[in-house]
Amino acid sequence: MAQTAHDTHAHAAHAEHHDHGPQSFWSKYVFSTDHKIIGIQYGVTALMFLLFGFCLMLMMRWQIAYPGKAVPVVGTLLEKLLGEPAKGGVIAPDLYNVFGAMHGTIMVFLAIVPLAFAAFGHYVVPLMIGAPDMCFPRVNMASYQCYFLGGVIMLASFLIPGGAAQGGWTSYSPLATQIPTDGQTYWILGMVFLITSSLLGSVNFIATIIQLRAPGMTWMRLPFFVWAMFVTAFLLVLAFPPLEAAAVMQLMDKVFGTSFFLPEGLFVGGQPADHLSGGGSPLLWQHLFWFLAHPEVYVLILPGFGIIAEVIANNTRKPLYGYRALVYSVLSIGFLSFIVWAHHMYLTGMGTKISTFFQTTTMIISIPSVIVLTCMFISLWGGSIRFNVPMLFALAFLPMFGIGGLTGLPLGLSYVVLQLHDTYYVIAHFHYIVAPGTIFAIFAGIYYWFPKATGRMMNATLGKIHFWGSLIFMNLIFQPMFAQGMAGMHRRMYDGAATYSLANGQDVIGALSPGIIKMNINITHAAFGLLIFQIPFIWNFFHSIVKGKKVTGDNPWEATTLEWQAPTPPPHGNFAEAPHVYRGPYEYSVPGAAKDYTPQNQAP
Amino acid sequence: MEIPYNVKSRPDTGLYNAKLGIWLFLASEVMLFGGLFTSYVVLRVNASAENWPHGLLNIPIGTFNTFVLIASSVTVVLGWAALKMNNFARYRKFQAITILCALGFLSIKSIEYSDKFTHYEIWFKDGHRQTGHIHQDGKKAWFWNTKTLAGAPAVKDAKGNVVKPASPPIAEFEFSPDATHYSDAAKHTKGEPAAAEHKESAHASGEHAAVKVKTADIKRLSAFVPAHSTYFAIYFTLTALHGLHVLIGAVVIAYIWGPGAKLWKTNPEQYVNRIEVSGLFWHFVDLVWIFLFPILYLL
Repeated sequence: MAQTAHDTHAHAAHAEHHDHGPQSFWSKYVFSTDHKIIGIQYGVTALMFLLFGFCLMLMMRWQIAYPGKAVPVVGTLLEKLLGEPAKGGVIAPDLYNVFGAMHGTIMVFLAIVPLAFAAFGHYVVPLMIGAPDMCFPRVNMASYQCYFLGGVIMLASFLIPGGAAQGGWTSYSPLATQIPTDGQTYWILGMVFLITSSLLGSVNFIATIIQLRAPGMTWMRLPFFVWAMFVTAFLLVLAFPPLEAAAVMQLMDKVFGTSFFLPEGLFVGGQPADHLSGGGSPLLWQHLFWFLAHPEVYVLILPGFGIIAEVIANNTRKPLYGYRALVYSVLSIGFLSFIVWAHHMYLTGMGTKISTFFQTTTMIISIPSVIVLTCMFISLWGGSIRFNVPMLFALAFLPMFGIGGLTGLPLGLSYVVLQLHDTYYVIAHFHYIVAPGTIFAIFAGIYYWFPKATGRMMNATLGKIHFWGSLIFMNLIFQPMFAQGMAGMHRRMYDGAATYSLANGQDVIGALSPGIIKMNINITHAAFGLLIFQIPFIWNFFHSIVKGKKVTGDNPWEATTLEWQAPTPPPHGNFAEAPHVYRGPYEYSVPGAAKDYTPQNQAP
Repeated sequence: MEIPYNVKSRPDTGLYNAKLGIWLFLASEVMLFGGLFTSYVVLRVNASAENWPHGLLNIPIGTFNTFVLIASSVTVVLGWAALKMNNFARYRKFQAITILCALGFLSIKSIEYSDKFTHYEIWFKDGHRQTGHIHQDGKKAWFWNTKTLAGAPAVKDAKGNVVKPASPPIAEFEFSPDATHYSDAAKHTKGEPAAAEHKESAHASGEHAAVKVKTADIKRLSAFVPAHSTYFAIYFTLTALHGLHVLIGAVVIAYIWGPGAKLWKTNPEQYVNRIEVSGLFWHFVDLVWIFLFPILYLL
């Protein structure tokens, strides 16, 4: 075959990519197959969803702090859009459930993962490994389009009669399918698109990292960011399909009246559900859901690790401490994350033996996580640190993620969960990981790679205002929740436990004290403070695209990795000539070298 | 810069991009079907023998379909090998058989499906259960359930036009019960007397004469649709998802076979790669069926 193919191959291989001429607006920015444009599309869309998810949370916080009072500013708009559930601008209990379910869904599946994994991954990974693009550019485009469609379906579901899904982002059956509105059907359809999107994207990532590494880019010369993305992509490829299977089954339950997740003898609204066959298993949904959703937790944090590692190495001007330990840790995390899922289910009655198994694996997975964090802390040792905006976010990430991680350990123990399950303690724990953790990493990444993508710097003063405001208010929001949770405040009470605490009295045990309830108001004020300190960022982001200070060279941070050796902004096809890699990713302050950084593609 | 290894293999991995891509995709497919197979196990372990229908699928037809699909897996390889040996006409012949096999499989499957949609089980209020067929005006009734018997008012759209006419409640209908019920075997092993079977032993096999059944005696009525039981729920979900894969695979193979064949003239190596990649997918689809057939038909 080789013989028959040889003569024609040379022409044909080039036939597919001969569109370097001028492109129309549509083919360049909307239906683009360029990994950088797709990365930016992901980034901008996901930032919008991040803001939207944040606004949902603000309205919920208002309702928690001031139950039954009309939402200020947007109250009338809410009533116009959503009708009865927002009568008089007041959030009804059902609407609170809608907001709660959709805040979780939007933040996890439409904001954080698309930002941390898809946006940075698409933009940076091919540049970092010295590739002209991803392996399958058209698949890449389809991946973004599926994501966009999934997002549109999720948003549209707010406007249907009865509103969006109300069963929580975990969508536990039977609750999720027995709520008589169609929100859950939309949620499942939206999820099918989002799952397809992440599947297409992550297959592309793995293939790209394996196949398109530049000559000389061996595995141990990959920047840590690429390793983090590699493992994350594997988690998505292998963990998402079982949720897709579960989503199909829940769709069958909802639309075709099957009983995959509905047990025998089910009562709905006081009536026996006789029309159902029964015989299904509610636990099955939880197992399938958490089989995805626990690896998903690492999908949320590993790209953050990657970004932080790059920023720290660059701004300490020294190699990362323990590069190999970091790589092996992130691989172990990837593997172990598949066998810890049922620690979300200690109280489901699945049995103490199973609980003990998952408790053990959960304790084991904390070891590589601690290694990662420790390596990054030690990397600071003896560095001459540059306190620029990306580095401030990276430095704050370390203790914030530390708080989130350490407060998670008690939740891995089944007897502690008896007290803490479904309380605000859980909320505080995972928000410390995702909000001042991953979101800070995302901010660090945006400030760090912005000059490469646009050719302009973001304003440092505004960046510092954004940083300090965010750091302070994030802590003011989430720190009191630990106290509320330990006092026993349940995470799903729509009025912030106001009704619950009416039972307060001498002979009532376990009612919440007024001090705990009053924290709701402080948290809500802090949340609005956090909103105010995002304004400098939003303005900075858009203003700097057109008016920011122009960079003088391709490598404003004096970094070693390959993306900084490409033209700014990189054209279609990235590098002027194929780069060749001669050294590891973090050759900073090498004794005897001409400069304090040696790019990976600099010949020895 | 062009994207490297789109057609040629990368020396250190030995793969071209699409081949790695399809293997990764198949890994995710394994997890997708793995999730469903796991659900099958969980549902089956939870179900009592009386509530896990058995022997309602046509094993000879299922076996025949299995051979149809295995045959298509053979022809897909023969087609690819023919092309590797530069024999385009031979490839076309074999791959045409592959596509025909796929269509044959789907047609047979749809006959099996329609068979189920007209086959019923009745749970009577006195506790006994019967399977059989319902006849209405001499025709087989489709998709009836307990709600159908109660009747329904007309459905009107916003303008008041009738979208769906009203259906009157049904007080009595014609039912041809099967000779045996699938739970009889389970009762036998438990040593309980299978009253229904003894009474009916006069009829060696097949259906009884039609009887009139009163709606008032019925607790639940369901065709063998997904809502019938967790068995049929997982049966239809798995086979429909598999059928969708067969359909998509057939469309892709047909595209490459027909309009996509121009590529053979301009870039034969890439064309052969496409056959290989689509063939890998096709083998996976076959493999899934080889697991599906025993767990749904035989076990």
